[in-house]
Amino acid sequence: MSGTAALFSRREALRLGLLATLLPSTAAATASGGSLKGPDRALFGALAPVLLAGALPTGDDRPAAIAAVVAGVERAVAGLPLSTQAELRQLFDLLGFAPTRLLLTGLWDDWPEVSPERLEAFLSDWRQSRLGLLRVAYFALHELVFAAWYGDPQSWPRIGYPGPPELT
Amino acid sequence: MTGLLPGPHNVFDGSAIADDLHLAADVAVVGSGAGGAMAAEVLARAGLEVVLVEEGGYNQAADFTLKEADAYQELYQESAGRKTADKAISLLQGRTVGGSTTVNWTTSFRTPAQTLAHWAEVWNVVGLGPGDLAPWFAALEQRLGIEPWDYEPNPNNAALARGARRLGWRHGVISRNVRGCQDLGYCGLGCPVDAKQSMLLTAVPGVLAAGATLLTRVRAERVLQRRGRVRGLECRALERRGIRPNGHRAMITARHVVAAGGAIGSPGLLLRSGLPDPHHRLGKRTFLHLVNVSTALMPEPVRAFEGAPQSIYSDHFLWPGGGKLGYKLEVPPVHPLLGATVFRLHGRLHAEMMARFADTQAMIALMRDGFNTHEPGGTVRLRDDGSPELDYRLNGRLEDGLKRAYLSMAELQFAAGAESVLPQHTEAQPYRSWPEAREGISQLAMAAHHAGLFSAHVMGGCAMGQNTKQAVVDSRGRHHQVEGLSVLDGSLFPTSLGVNPQLTIFALASKLATELARELGGS
Repeated sequence: MSGTAALFSRREALRLGLLATLLPSTAAATASGGSLKGPDRALFGALAPVLLAGALPTGDDRPAAIAAVVAGVERAVAGLPLSTQAELRQLFDLLGFAPTRLLLTGLWDDWPEVSPERLEAFLSDWRQSRLGLLRVAYFALHELVFAAWYGDPQSWPRIGYPGPPELT
Repeated sequence: MTGLLPGPHNVFDGSAIADDLHLAADVAVVGSGAGGAMAAEVLARAGLEVVLVEEGGYNQAADFTLKEADAYQELYQESAGRKTADKAISLLQGRTVGGSTTVNWTTSFRTPAQTLAHWAEVWNVVGLGPGDLAPWFAALEQRLGIEPWDYEPNPNNAALARGARRLGWRHGVISRNVRGCQDLGYCGLGCPVDAKQSMLLTAVPGVLAAGATLLTRVRAERVLQRRGRVRGLECRALERRGIRPNGHRAMITARHVVAAGGAIGSPGLLLRSGLPDPHHRLGKRTFLHLVNVSTALMPEPVRAFEGAPQSIYSDHFLWPGGGKLGYKLEVPPVHPLLGATVFRLHGRLHAEMMARFADTQAMIALMRDGFNTHEPGGTVRLRDDGSPELDYRLNGRLEDGLKRAYLSMAELQFAAGAESVLPQHTEAQPYRSWPEAREGISQLAMAAHHAGLFSAHVMGGCAMGQNTKQAVVDSRGRHHQVEGLSVLDGSLFPTSLGVNPQLTIFALASKLATELARELGGS
């Protein structure tokens, strides 16, 4: 599901809508904008090494691999229906704005400043959360990142996938 | 016709048009998948003027890169990420010329006699018993090369056969609609060697050869009607990626419209059209063959990305009796992008599972939903922007079926020699033995978003039947309230089937369209 993930049930969307009223008006006003914005790229740049721990290269090619994941997420989001893009935009904005990020994740610092341990802890909390809303948000991020990396041929040698057959 | 950029034959790409289109036809058919392509071909060959409208692009063998990142965006609804309203179930549906038949795994079963009997008995479907459909099945099997897979099953399917044999569970060989199959394993990304006898290769060329017009990247917006009689179809052309309308419309004047946009698209079209629905049946009773997944690590390479994706099945638990929900056991192909998203883990654990990607065997169970009054199915409704979405909720019966299916899959995988089994559920962990798995699975809660759930078989929503209080259309697929409107796709089904649906849709669409052609004055 190259990118995927539409997000919230109606009731939960209402709750999120309440949270969204906390967003500064600039963030809310761009809610129907393009694919990824600067803070969204920072979010995925921080999440990719944690979600993909043990899968990403560890040498000089690591930064390029992380950048490729972020670019893959951006392409995938741009290919989704507008209604799904709007839901993702809401999630990204809530995670990009410190006060709402704090409410949802317990993290105040900007994404690049958060330690991998604290990122891991928030992701594990969301994955097992009693709130369906947070489980859904976890799988939205999960699906975007794993689809971006494992859709990329540079991830294939490590997993023993030879790539599609060459046709003569 | 104005502003058209003609493609080969009589194919027009909506993303390339520079003006609104105005077309006239006897019949406008919405959707070029299993139902729409078959129906359009029958109607066009009978001499009727037909316009076939497809939301996706005209992708053919040379366009199929076999890369998941390309294929899902280009060939599937919502980049293969379509989901139910609560996001708990992922829905795989084609959106390309040929519809889901272009990307399905070629599995072909006749409709079970039990299913047809249930439709007649409970849903007042007439004239569609096993005997009525048998000649249609026989002709289609011949035409589409449908035969039991004659070659060695790939190791993923072989594990299903081995486990079932050791446990004494009923199982069999799957029939596939292929000719000259090279056993590549990439059916889900479009057949690159034109072996799959999909609509793309069979009925769509038939439609074009009979002189009909095909519009691609054009979305049907609403059925036009006046005083209960259909007048035509209003459509919007889409930009290249198929996400936004490009500002141009296609207006098709027609005396008959066939809705065949799949079991989310067809109810969505009818809902947008504001047609009478006095008993509130439209969009109701949508079924999924709800699927859960269990993966196993095998001591030998499985390479589930290679070879015919589905060649073995087990119906041991399909008709269990005792009022329980039944399920069918099959295996899916496993490619890295989709495979990686199915694992409900992250970090090191995920990386360890992926490191043994080539040793991974995967099983799926398909719930035969809709045969019991406590299996009401889901509801298709419209979002604010007019796009359709499916609301489908779990309940106790489904949860019980899912849990029994996790148990069956794990038991079978250990019997087939698995080192470990991981049900795809957030609370599960890799189990090392069948007793450990049995204990672990019995503890799993089946709440939404914990079990990884899927469907590639969306069915129902425009149910057929003679009782206007139960059904949207009659047993010929004609709308109960509106003249000149038919539904001829999987949304006709009053329940799920218990088998993969393409052959049932081919047969119903061919038979019902043949009767429609006669009535519309075709030869």
